[in-house]
Amino acid sequence: MTNLEKYNQAFIDSFEITEDQLAGLKYQDIPAWDSAGHMGLISALEDAFDIMMDTDDIIDFSSYEKGKEILAKDDYGVAI
Amino acid sequence: MIWDFSRFADTPAMIDENGRQVSYAELKQASEVVAQCVGGRCLVFCLCRNEIGSVVGYTGFLNGSIPPVMLNSHLEEELLRNLVDSYQPAYLWCPADQMAQFPEMTAVHEAYEYVLLKTNFEHSYPLHEDLGLLLTTSGSTGSPKFVRQTYANVLDNARSIVQYLELDATERPITTLPMNYTYGLSIINSHLLVGATILVTEKGLMQKEFWSFFKESGATSFGGVPYTYEMLDRLRFYRMKLPTLRTMTQAGGKILPELHEKFANYAAENGKKFVVMYGQCEATARMGYLPADMAAAKKGSMGIAIPGGKFHLIDANGQEVTEPNVTGELVYEGKNVTMGYAECGDDLAKGDERNGILETGDMAQFDEDGYYYIVGRKKRFLKIYGNRVNLDEVDRLVQGKFHVDFASSGVDDHMYLFVTDEQYAASVRDFVIAKTKLNPAAFKVQVIDEIPKNDAGKTLYKELTKYYV
Repeated sequence: MTNLEKYNQAFIDSFEITEDQLAGLKYQDIPAWDSAGHMGLISALEDAFDIMMDTDDIIDFSSYEKGKEILAKDDYGVAI
Repeated sequence: MIWDFSRFADTPAMIDENGRQVSYAELKQASEVVAQCVGGRCLVFCLCRNEIGSVVGYTGFLNGSIPPVMLNSHLEEELLRNLVDSYQPAYLWCPADQMAQFPEMTAVHEAYEYVLLKTNFEHSYPLHEDLGLLLTTSGSTGSPKFVRQTYANVLDNARSIVQYLELDATERPITTLPMNYTYGLSIINSHLLVGATILVTEKGLMQKEFWSFFKESGATSFGGVPYTYEMLDRLRFYRMKLPTLRTMTQAGGKILPELHEKFANYAAENGKKFVVMYGQCEATARMGYLPADMAAAKKGSMGIAIPGGKFHLIDANGQEVTEPNVTGELVYEGKNVTMGYAECGDDLAKGDERNGILETGDMAQFDEDGYYYIVGRKKRFLKIYGNRVNLDEVDRLVQGKFHVDFASSGVDDHMYLFVTDEQYAASVRDFVIAKTKLNPAAFKVQVIDEIPKNDAGKTLYKELTKYYV
């Protein structure tokens, strides 16, 4: 799987949505992306990329696009 | 009157995340105007958010002897409709951006992005003179069952909370729980009594804006359900720099003993207080608390009765338990025990049905020092993210809809749905998620050969535990 596929799959599994819903998706846009859903998403991403995210990044992770930026940082080095 | 706001005149009563402040003098004035617009005692619905307008209306109603039904403003439209139709309130206090939901109603007053809508029902149900407000027992399902709380209940419980948490005007609690949820409301009730400043926000723990507001405004306390503490643990909360934080309270279900220990240790090492508490909407809010200095020593305990309250245990034979470490049903006595339930408009005229005694439905033990531990529940329900979900009701709903063999079970925050026919697995799960309106992450479906039952056809739920423990 490519990084993009892994990244998308974490969203799809955590929120039980389809790929066409991902672009532009923001925190609280859908009922499944609430605080509980957010925690599930972060766990799924940490497992998928074998990383540990910092507190500041977890709370800054406010959209599908923002998440890509965060993971691309040197701390994680996951280019998507 | 519950609160005398004139005592704290220029002190800020609330600050919101946009930096807007409302002093106690302004709160007094604005809340009185809302009550005057209603014009007298009648039933109203308050659609709550953690926003200034919501608190302005709520305090106006309580101080003005106008009983509100406290509901989440995000309650599904159809469920809200049903409640409005069955209870026929005279007014709704609603966020201005939701006005369009009620085209048939007339806006008669607006303040702080909230509007007072007149409903035009011809009929109204008589209200018992002691009735102060109505709260749901579970946050999201739109059940028409409300708890009937009196003014005396609210005042007594808030005073007790002030006493055991030692609250004063220097406190700045930040909202982390919905205002229509009894625990969230009790934080507002108690802090307004001492002239504290409430930091109101709709943002949550998983949002940057929440933490910026927390730090900039110098929050001193917050409350959380067990799930909140799991999230904080996940956020590696222990490493955050929060010099203004004094107290963390926990209620809404039993926290995992490991987390209890972690937060108790964090508090002890950082000069903060971690207070585990116990309560129910049926007792207004709080019944028990574990004093902060015992937090580490009594891991897993919910503590002792709050000031003015009393606990005892009743065993299966109806006898009072007198020995430590023996299980019995927890019974609470105190002035904060509410009058009872309302399930329809006619019930609003009912008086006190409990006489200050509440059988909690929780099974408990006390240790040699008199500290109480919740060990189980008499009735089959789970707390999912702090919301009470009745498992027998889930069973009934699913069986009624799908006509298949089904049983629900599980532990707090994790509900297991057992079906015997694979083809229903997904649809049953979707149905339960839709009915409870809780995050899908809490629900797992498991296909098993048969639902274990005894000869009489009663489901043997204990035999299901092997699938999830």
